[in-house]
Amino acid sequence: MTIEHWLRVWNYLPILLQGLSVNLALLGGLITVGFIIGVVVALLEVYAPPPLRLVAFGYAWIFRSIPEILLLLLMWFGPAQFGIKISPFIAAVLALGLRSSAYQAEIFRGALQAIPVGQALAARALGLSRIGAIRYVLLPQALRLSLAGWGNEFAVVLKDTTLAYAIGVVEVMRQARYIGSREFPLTLPAYITVALLFLILTYAGLFIIGKAERRLRIPGLEARR
Amino acid sequence: MSLVFSWDWLPRLSQGLLLTVQLTLLSMAFGGFLGLVLAVLRVYGRGPLYPAYLLASAYIHVFRGTPLLVQVMTFYYALPTVGVRFSPVVAGLLALTLNTAAYQAEYFRGAIQSVRIGQMQAALALGLSRLQAVRYVVLPQALRLVIPPWSNELIYMVKGSAVVYLIGVLELMGQAKNIAARTFRNFEVYIVVALFYLALILVLSLGLRWVERRMRVPGLGVSGRT
Amino acid sequence: MLLRVEDLYKRYGKEDVLKGVSFSLDKGETKVIIGPSGTGKSTLLRCINRLTEPDRGRIWLEDTEITSPKVNINRIRSQIGFVFQDFNLFTHLTALDNVRLGLIRVKGMSKKEATERAMAELARVGLADKARAYPAELSGGQQQRVSIARALAMDPKLILFDEPTSALDPELIGEVLAVMEGLARSGMTMLVVTHEMGFARTVADEIIFMERGVIVEQGPPEQLFRSPKHPRTAEFLRRITDLYGGEQ
Ligand SMILES: Nc1ncnc2c1ncn2[C@@H]1O[C@H](COP(=O)(O)OP(=O)(O)OP(=O)(O)O)[C@@H](O)[C@H]1O
Ligand SMILES: [Mg+2]
Repeated sequence: MTIEHWLRVWNYLPILLQGLSVNLALLGGLITVGFIIGVVVALLEVYAPPPLRLVAFGYAWIFRSIPEILLLLLMWFGPAQFGIKISPFIAAVLALGLRSSAYQAEIFRGALQAIPVGQALAARALGLSRIGAIRYVLLPQALRLSLAGWGNEFAVVLKDTTLAYAIGVVEVMRQARYIGSREFPLTLPAYITVALLFLILTYAGLFIIGKAERRLRIPGLEARR
Repeated sequence: MSLVFSWDWLPRLSQGLLLTVQLTLLSMAFGGFLGLVLAVLRVYGRGPLYPAYLLASAYIHVFRGTPLLVQVMTFYYALPTVGVRFSPVVAGLLALTLNTAAYQAEYFRGAIQSVRIGQMQAALALGLSRLQAVRYVVLPQALRLVIPPWSNELIYMVKGSAVVYLIGVLELMGQAKNIAARTFRNFEVYIVVALFYLALILVLSLGLRWVERRMRVPGLGVSGRT
Repeated sequence: MLLRVEDLYKRYGKEDVLKGVSFSLDKGETKVIIGPSGTGKSTLLRCINRLTEPDRGRIWLEDTEITSPKVNINRIRSQIGFVFQDFNLFTHLTALDNVRLGLIRVKGMSKKEATERAMAELARVGLADKARAYPAELSGGQQQRVSIARALAMDPKLILFDEPTSALDPELIGEVLAVMEGLARSGMTMLVVTHEMGFARTVADEIIFMERGVIVEQGPPEQLFRSPKHPRTAEFLRRITDLYGGEQ
């Protein structure tokens, strides 16, 4: 590995960045899917009648226990088996999104359960319905309390997006391999560049989330540690 | 479209399961040892140990801040370009170990730091050296505190180890991929493998809960985790 | 008659908490409930707006039977204010938003209208300048006054107070009691659980003494304090005077 190799990798940087943009698109998609389903699952885990609650817990457990990469393969081959065609990208968003929903549900559930019962009582005493109390009082508080855990999850799923490589999504790792197969000596510098890109994204992301957390901070509403 | 399963898959998959368990346990053990050293350096690395503290911190950030897949591929595909060659299993085990070491270091650090300062001072007051105080007072408490996050990490590693099939390691996923390639029963094979993983994780979780209960010490609380 | 409670029963597990409680409240009246800890005072209040479901017995608010299964309980609750011992202000909302929430989400008021109304209520409890503060930025006494404003804003027919000053530092109790006294004087109908005997004596139209799930005795403060009919009432009053310094 020489300086010259590094300079040559520099020329490939646009290609790597293009790959990275696919990772970021995956990230956006999977976090959204995971957030929506995660909130619903958490609400079911905390407020639904026992049979539904059990289903929600079962769902979360299964999607926390199956390896991410296996979920990707299942989501890629599963629909095809039943004659439904989806692109590798969509399959990856769904698989990683479902996985993330299970973890996000865990975060939101913890937050919901950390809210003192008096908050719900006061909401109901005002005449808010059960749904109204959840919508206007409990959920807003839970979402704020979740921000720290959510930052954690961001860092995890950002890295997970590379796993989409396994079902043929042309993301940054796939691009790095292309570079390596075209110019063998560039393999190591290319991989290290990918690693650096992730380091930057991870810590920049955590920094921004930390900033957001401070800006959204409400006195008296902090995750108790 | 009907689903077709076969008992013939089981011997291969069981073989794969065994390798998955071996990879997980070995990387957890080696990674745990390395992680403990890193954690101690991060907490107590002052004075002449400061360079070691910096190295430990950098190591932890790099390995936690980059994808496991990138690490695995670097060990298997990229290092040979500079003349360092490993078999798939060794490359996989190495990457998994170095990866989990960084995470475990953070759990250990959290646990060490949550052992109250007074414990260290009481030990020093007794006349123990700093090293002895860490060894006999702080670590025994920290190790108990670390069990819950450590249990999580074990489960992460069971799942993480699946990644190494991409460099040709014949653990559970690798075996599954071969069977799938031979039979064209991709979906079915992977469903069965998912059940293998669920069973493995169920057993591990129950076992860990049992251990946790046995090791509980009254008054030595476990801090909450997200 | 504004509120009528008839033969109320409530049991938790093996414990009978309310054992046939009956009383009524006229419009504009303030009644104070006193009694030892664990007697079922909070349970009684919570049954009245059905935050707790009573096992047996009936409750009417004017002509509406609250305990009827057909009743729209959210509507009823919006007509009954409730002030909690530990305030329970919504942590994520400012004082103003705490007062506005019910107006907008329950009464369907426009934001503008709700803001005006909420500001008026905050002014009434002397906290107009704290409208933008979060609960954690207010003292206990201020928090409790905001929670009273939150209840008042709904135009309730009746306000229930469950030990509104018990969680407060002694020097903050006065400001809350003063607000409550003003309310009583202005003709609000109130049912107050409290250990503040001074307040009971000067503000209540009638005192209800409860013990072990039943009403032992009720009557005007003068009579109940000077010459309790029941020996258990006398005993309780003696103990509470020792504990809280009584009088004044
Ligand atoms: N949700 C509940 N589940 C089980 N038992 C309860 C519940 N709420 C109240 N109780 C029991 O009912 C009894 C009466 O409680 P309640 O809170 O009504 O008493 P109280 O008169 O308000 O007492 P205090 O002056 O201490 O507030 C107590 O013994 C209490 O333990
Ligand atoms: Mg009470």
